Amino acid sequence: MKILTLIRQVPDAEARVKLSGNVVDLGGTTVVMDGMDEYGVEAALRLREAGAEAEIIAVAVGPQRNEDALRTALAMGVDRAVHIETEERLDAVALSKVIAGLARSEGAELILLGGQEADWDSQALGAATAERLGWAQLTWTNELHLNGTALTGRHDVDDGNESFETHLPAVVTTQQGLNEPRYPTLPNIMKAKKKELRKDDLATYGAAPSLNYVSAEIQVRARLNRVIDGKDPQAAAAQLIDLLRNEAKVIR
Amino acid sequence: MILVVAEHTGGKLAKASLEMVSAARSSGREGPITLLVLGHGVAGVAAEAAAVADQVLVADLSELATYDAELWAAATAQIARAGEAHTVITPGSRSGREYAPRVAVKLDAPYLEDAISLSAHGDALRAQRYTYLSRVTETVEASGPVVVVSAKPGAFAPAAPLGAPGEQYDIDLDLPERRVTITGRSVEKSSRVALSEADIIVTGGRGVGNAENFARLIEPLADNLGAGVGATRAVVDAGWRPYAEQVGQTGKTVQPGAYIALGVSGAVQHLSGMGKSKYIVAINKDAEAPIFKVADYGIVGDVSEIVPALIEASRR
Ligand SMILES: Cc1cc2nc3c(=O)[nH]c(=O)nc-3n(C[C@H](O)[C@H](O)[C@H](O)COP(=O)(O)OP(=O)(O)OC[C@H]3O[C@@H](n4cnc5c(N)ncnc54)[C@H](O)[C@@H]3O)c2cc1C
Repeated sequence: MKILTLIRQVPDAEARVKLSGNVVDLGGTTVVMDGMDEYGVEAALRLREAGAEAEIIAVAVGPQRNEDALRTALAMGVDRAVHIETEERLDAVALSKVIAGLARSEGAELILLGGQEADWDSQALGAATAERLGWAQLTWTNELHLNGTALTGRHDVDDGNESFETHLPAVVTTQQGLNEPRYPTLPNIMKAKKKELRKDDLATYGAAPSLNYVSAEIQVRARLNRVIDGKDPQAAAAQLIDLLRNEAKVIR
Repeated sequence: MILVVAEHTGGKLAKASLEMVSAARSSGREGPITLLVLGHGVAGVAAEAAAVADQVLVADLSELATYDAELWAAATAQIARAGEAHTVITPGSRSGREYAPRVAVKLDAPYLEDAISLSAHGDALRAQRYTYLSRVTETVEASGPVVVVSAKPGAFAPAAPLGAPGEQYDIDLDLPERRVTITGRSVEKSSRVALSEADIIVTGGRGVGNAENFARLIEPLADNLGAGVGATRAVVDAGWRPYAEQVGQTGKTVQPGAYIALGVSGAVQHLSGMGKSKYIVAINKDAEAPIFKVADYGIVGDVSEIVPALIEASRR
């Protein structure tokens, strides 16, 4: 069986996001593998360690820098990687066409990816890909087991969580709580350098962006920054309650 | 027509449905606003829906007794096609954002996700949405015969009722088999106001110390203020509070009138879920904690000293 694990390269959460003109400019920004996708890479490795006979393939669609994230995945233990290199910004509906095409040509039966992208804040790729392939989907998974083709686990829903049962093929989105992703060890980093990282051509998938990006802005809300010294707790508390009641008028 | 897929729980129309109707009205797109009610035993929901929509389509079917992404997507796409909808709006809830992309693929339509505003630009529909963990606001445009949108919860004001209720029509659907079986379900109930509905939220972070302190400090303060209770991921991971209370990138996104963060450092992933609150209040013993940068009011001090004084001062 083949498992695809999708990864993207996003700004480090602590990095400052800046604009140039009216688009986000990542030049000079530290980029890392999206933490949400990392849970997916780890999940694939653990399914195999738990007995699933699987070849695990890391996939990234995006600029050249995505290679670093793919190398990290290889060093974590993924078998090989496919990089569809492009500077074009593909929305989830368009990107799902690429991923579905690759899943078909590889004959994959399980696709793992993060529940929400840390750059475009999108949750749509998993569902769109599942629809194109006609597969089941499970989102926000925090427990996952594979027994033959039976997939079981737990996931979060609107008002709590559910235990589920389904069968491969499926698309599963991952999140915090599913596992603790491993750190690549030095020997594995060395080994990863010899693993296959295949470049693939976006043009073969016939995917065109379905959205037009008009502009981006960083709206920083001006905050009052009124900080009270708490040395005298009673006085500080009374002052704060007074401000909230009579100045901000947010409490009664 | 504009097709809006109603959200409902416990036999009641959710606030999100009124927000979506308001999104539809603000979109500048023409045609009747049609609310689609999917479920079983939803007559009450349909009647509530009729108060705000031009028409209501009700699929009251036993197969739809519980939510399933594939069924919801199939139903929505069928009705969108049959009614030649040019705009389909789903909730921006977890489930809404799970089936909306499937609807978009089925209809070969572009998808505007988690929109905070909508406007017509010629034939195109424009949306604003947050990106980069809510730090950037982007404007995105979609065109074509049909566009799918999910509306961010809390971003649109709930729609006011129409003078005369809309007509209700029962519909039948051709639905696929379920592929996912739900074998267990646990609903995290809180006795307090739901985070999505709360005007005030009191959130505790790791600085609160332990679960007992949460009960001793955070809960009474929340009760005095009539507030909802929130938590950081650090607190949820430590098992002090349920995941339902987590605010942030992987938890809930909230936008209350006042967000009171106690012993919370203000990590980007947390700010992503509450940074748009009207007023932010922080109490932290570290004057350099990042949360103070986004705070309107703050106290530098120990929560175990300040919060009891706040509980006292907020008692009326
Ligand atoms: C992929 C990913 C997703 C994430 N999603 C989320 C999310 O959804 N929500 C979320 O919250 N986090 C999320 N995080 C985690 C986030 O990065 C932070 O680790 C977390 O928010 C920290 O929680 P905290 O502020 O409670 O704890 P800490 O960062 O440990 O801060 C505790 C604060 O309390 C103060 N303090 C300590 N003792 C006292 C005292 N006695 N009195 C007053 N102040 C005191 C300290 O000065 C400190 O500022 C995510 C991380 C990743 C990688």
